[in-house]
Amino acid sequence: MEVPILKQGEYLIATFQAALSDADLENLRRALVHQVVRFRSRGVIVDVTAMDVMDSFASRTLREIAHMIRLRGAETVIVGIQPEVAFAMVQLGLTLEGVATALDLEEGLAYLIEKFKNMD
Amino acid sequence: MGPSSAAEIRVAIDSDQDIVLARQRGRALAAELGFSPVDATFVATAISELARNILAYARKGQISMRALHASGRNGIRIIASDKGPGIPDVRRAMRDGFSTSGSLGLGLPGVRRLVDEFEIRSQPGRGTIVTVTKWRQ
Repeated sequence: MEVPILKQGEYLIATFQAALSDADLENLRRALVHQVVRFRSRGVIVDVTAMDVMDSFASRTLREIAHMIRLRGAETVIVGIQPEVAFAMVQLGLTLEGVATALDLEEGLAYLIEKFKNMD
Repeated sequence: MGPSSAAEIRVAIDSDQDIVLARQRGRALAAELGFSPVDATFVATAISELARNILAYARKGQISMRALHASGRNGIRIIASDKGPGIPDVRRAMRDGFSTSGSLGLGLPGVRRLVDEFEIRSQPGRGTIVTVTKWRQ
C-alpha cells in the first residue's frame, strides 16, 4: 500500500492509511526523504489520523523520518494521533521524543508556518 | 488448551504483512465483544508487538485468539507461540529496555501493561509461548 505524498507549496503532506506494513513504512521513509530533497521542502506533515495502531516499529520509523528530515534542514510535524492510540503508546512506553506533534492538519500547518516565520 | 473450537482465530506469522492481519483480526474480535475503542486498541497493539517478537526472534510462529466468557464478562485470550530459540532469561526479558534483536527495545514489559493477564513460558531451543488476556471493562 502506497502512502500518498501531497506537495503543498514549501510543504509535503503524507497521509497514512490504517493498515501499513513495515515495508510500507520503510517505503514512505525513503519516498519522503527523497521528495524533501527534490522539492527543497521546508516542512513535512505526517497525518496519522487513520492509523489505528502505533507499535514500536511505527513510532521508531516516525522518529527516524523526523530526524532525517531535520538533517536536511526541514521540519516534520506528526498530526492526528488518535486518543486511544496515544493511550496505548504511553502504556507501551513509546515516545516520539524530539518530534513535533499537533492536533490536526490545520494546526500542523500553523506550527510550520510559525516556525519558519521566525527564521526568515 | 483443549481441542480447538470453531471460535478460535489463528494467524500464521511469517512476514510483516501477517502482523497487520493479526492485529486487524484482534481488533475485529474485540469490537464484536463490545470492547471500548481504547481497549480494542490495546488488544490490537499488544498483538502487533507479540507478532513482531515472533518475526524478530523466531522468524515464524502463530497468533491465536479466542473469545472468553467467564462469570458474566467477555474477554479475549491471545496466544503467541513460536518454535524459535526461546528466551534464556525470561525475568531479564521482562525488564523495560531489554532487547537482544536490536529491532525492538520495548517488547514484553510494554505488552504486559496493555493487558490484564500475562504469562510467558519459554524453553531455550524449544520456543516461546506468551498468553495474554484482556477483559472487557
